[in-house]
Amino acid sequence: MMERTIIKEVEDLNVIKKNSKRKSAEWAAFRGNKIGMIALWVLIIVSIMAIAAPLVAPYDPNTQDVINRMKSSSSEHWLGTDIYGRDVLSRIIYGARTSMLVGVISVALSSVIGFAIGMIAGYKGGKLDDILMRVLESIQTIPLLLLGLMVLVAAGSNIYTLILVITVGLLPSCARIARGSTLDVKEKEFVKAAISMGSGTIRILISHILPNVLSSFLVISALHMTSAIMVEASLSFLGLGIQPPTATWGNMIMDGFPHVATKPALAIYPGLALIIVSISFNLVGDALRDALDPHISKKRK
Amino acid sequence: MEQVIIENEKEDLMVVQELKKHFPIKNGVFGKTTGEVKAVDGVSFTVKKGETFSIVGESGCGKSTVGMSLLRLTEPTSGKIIFNEENMLDKNRNELRDLRKNIQIIFQDTYSSLNPKHTIKKIISEPLVINRKMTNEEMETRVLELLDLVGLGPHHLYRYPHEFSGGQRQRIGIARALALNPQLIVCDEPVSALDVSIQSQILNLLEELQKKFNLTYIFISHDLSVVEHISDRVAVMYLGRIVEMGSREEVFQNPQHPYTKALMSSVPIADPKLKDKKQRIILTGDVPSPKNPPKGCHFHTRCPFKTEKCAEIYPEYKEIKGDHKAACHII
Repeated sequence: MMERTIIKEVEDLNVIKKNSKRKSAEWAAFRGNKIGMIALWVLIIVSIMAIAAPLVAPYDPNTQDVINRMKSSSSEHWLGTDIYGRDVLSRIIYGARTSMLVGVISVALSSVIGFAIGMIAGYKGGKLDDILMRVLESIQTIPLLLLGLMVLVAAGSNIYTLILVITVGLLPSCARIARGSTLDVKEKEFVKAAISMGSGTIRILISHILPNVLSSFLVISALHMTSAIMVEASLSFLGLGIQPPTATWGNMIMDGFPHVATKPALAIYPGLALIIVSISFNLVGDALRDALDPHISKKRK
Repeated sequence: MEQVIIENEKEDLMVVQELKKHFPIKNGVFGKTTGEVKAVDGVSFTVKKGETFSIVGESGCGKSTVGMSLLRLTEPTSGKIIFNEENMLDKNRNELRDLRKNIQIIFQDTYSSLNPKHTIKKIISEPLVINRKMTNEEMETRVLELLDLVGLGPHHLYRYPHEFSGGQRQRIGIARALALNPQLIVCDEPVSALDVSIQSQILNLLEELQKKFNLTYIFISHDLSVVEHISDRVAVMYLGRIVEMGSREEVFQNPQHPYTKALMSSVPIADPKLKDKKQRIILTGDVPSPKNPPKGCHFHTRCPFKTEKCAEIYPEYKEIKGDHKAACHII
């Protein structure tokens, strides 16, 4: 009896060890990717700054100080001031808030809805699949920026409409990727086994298909963050996105644009912020894809 | 033939009548049907309780499609599948779900038959979760019991399929199939992907479980030595139809259909002295496409004994001895 319990304990321990090993396999692969890790740290820092903007930013982003306008970098204003004398660094930090907010919400919405549609279309197939995919493809024929322009001109610009437009614009590619992965997974025999056990459609979608398409979900979400942030900035630059005086990187580039010959820093700093965050999301997406790709992970073993 | 079925009705677990599965070939923008692949073209057989009924044939002859159709994993085009005196093809989704509990399936590819993201515990308990109201403890006991039945232990519970060998994964698949106490298990090439030494282990396990639980197997395979080892009765399929069917001894010792003869002569013999005496019948040509099967007997394009009649009329089954029958004009 004693022996048995000891053996069981040893076994339990092994089980736990095995489990923790398994869970960290993909994470270890991600961590091995230096560029991906740097990008992830950049994003973490930017996110913390965005969330804690009132604590981090040295000045209020909208307080004007006309006497000190268009100043260059100094110990008081690290990145100088803009045409109204507002602190550029503070505005960039607050701008990160808007960009991240718009990006995270629209990408979350589009990925969740898009994957739901794509998985249902892929699994059910037939007429439903045809109808859903044709509708989404027709959205996809309109470039995201143009779609944004049209809707924002027609419906008026505010942050909700902006999020809605970006969500709708990103939906089709999410759905297509989900559908493709689902078509692949649904032919696997474990799905047939589940049907023969009496699983319903919903159970199969959630328990069998979803875990196997989750990696593409993560990758596409990271890559879409770039698109969402870029589109938000572009629309704000064109004056149709977030309206002044709210600080966004797009607005700031637009404000600096007339003075680009005399004071290029005004457009360059927010532009740099935009580029760094976009590239970081792209790199994290790539690193995720490499880490989660079963073919690459097989080679690793 | 109807007569035969009625006589044996008491012991029959599953009666399949004129089962057909035609896959439409669709072309063009509007998906116009331009033809059909007759994967299964009128297959009838009876499986008795507690026996192992094997279906053999070359790849592409429709044997796996028969297996899938028996569970309605692919929807048959026409025919009848009578299981426990109920026609499975008349059932709606809910009735089918209840009926299907009694029929489970084991697959060839052990990689794709287990969900790579689930632990062994989750895989084996899934049928229990779906079909029975069980407490967690009861379920755990049942899963452990099932693991024990197939020769695995409790330390395997929280591992993932990729941590197991092919043979172990097939054992997990068998445990999952057993979870609902089915009467019939369709084994779709369960050992074809395994090493020969592992094959015999799995076959012995299947036989052991059959004795223990009075299981009935429909065993689909292209490997004649495996089939000879495990079967009670054998059906030989060629191009979507059964050409010969009978008890194992009859089909293996006294094959009548020229195709069966050719198949049997292809089994390698280990003894070199016997090997020299054996006559091999080597078929010429390829299996015709099931899109456009030949007129008359499907086999006449490759048959060494063909007559004019063979190219015109599909032969009826002829009884040879007991329930041993073959579809050929020349016997």
